[in-house]
Amino acid sequence: MTMMKRMSMIFRAKANKAIDRAEDPRETLDYSYQRQLELLQKVRRGVADVATSRKRVELQIAQMQQQGDKLKGQAQKALGSGREDLAREALTRRSGLDQQLSDLHAQHASLQGEEEKLTLASQRLQAKVESFRTRKETIKATYTAAEAQTRINEAFSGISEEMGDVGLAVQRAEDKTAQMQARAGAIDELIASGALDDASGQPNDDISRELDALSAGSDVESELASMKAEIGAGSAPKQLEGQADPQSAEHATSSEHQREER
Amino acid sequence: MMIVRIMAEGQFEIDDEQLGRLNVLDRSVEAAIEQGDEPEFCSALEALLKAVRQEGRPVPDDALVDSDLILPPADASLEEVRGLLGDEGLIPDPI
Repeated sequence: MTMMKRMSMIFRAKANKAIDRAEDPRETLDYSYQRQLELLQKVRRGVADVATSRKRVELQIAQMQQQGDKLKGQAQKALGSGREDLAREALTRRSGLDQQLSDLHAQHASLQGEEEKLTLASQRLQAKVESFRTRKETIKATYTAAEAQTRINEAFSGISEEMGDVGLAVQRAEDKTAQMQARAGAIDELIASGALDDASGQPNDDISRELDALSAGSDVESELASMKAEIGAGSAPKQLEGQADPQSAEHATSSEHQREER
Repeated sequence: MMIVRIMAEGQFEIDDEQLGRLNVLDRSVEAAIEQGDEPEFCSALEALLKAVRQEGRPVPDDALVDSDLILPPADASLEEVRGLLGDEGLIPDPI
């Protein structure tokens, strides 16, 4: 027997087993209808859960992209200050982020696909449940228990196949979402630990600190340079090193004098 | 005329003349499952589902009909399909 045929027999066997359990088939109609409504709720919750996961991944993608931009800016700044080592470090970290990003993009696509599938499944199920409700009322109003049997079997086997399918789709979506939640949790932890800066505007990572130190250093240098210019005494610091040089001592003293005079 | 369901996708009406072609494609899927050949299974399943989508007319959402043939979802793994075909089956009980 082919796979296709076997699958449909398995579905049908499940439906038959369920209906055989009922004493009055008409009661099965109401009971089944309740189960259908429950399943419909479950699918809708499933859609909402997948959407939540998708949004979480979107947020992480945005955070990582921001972090990537920041690292690129740092690399440029470092290179501008002649610190190729620091620029290389920033770019290396950025390429690490790129790998995480492409993984997140793949997760996002998968969640999006799951969300679309479940949304369509819930629409289909809703339409079928509505049909079933109408048919159920007709059957209950028109037929005796004995007469109803065939009609009930027809209505029931159509809907139960759908329920089996949708039930499995929800299970699969839940499994997938749970796997991705675990991975998303791991990335959130990475971001929180500072291994990936959360780009919240706190420049507290080591590259930022070095760049800050670099610019603080150059601030000192430029201040010194402007002071020297004011004094108009040329390159004093070099001469300060050699104390044996009388000229430099003299020069230092004259600097002191000038300051006192002001 | 037959009703074919692709799980997680919906039902299709297919003319009987197509059955021969679908059976050939279905046998390739079965062979891949027997051999445990995952890549072969994926491409064979894809070909089978593609044929159903191409030749089939979608059954309206509100129709309550059971299917003559049922196919696994497009992203199913070989292991999952084995589970679906197993005695216990992965399919949840309808009620």
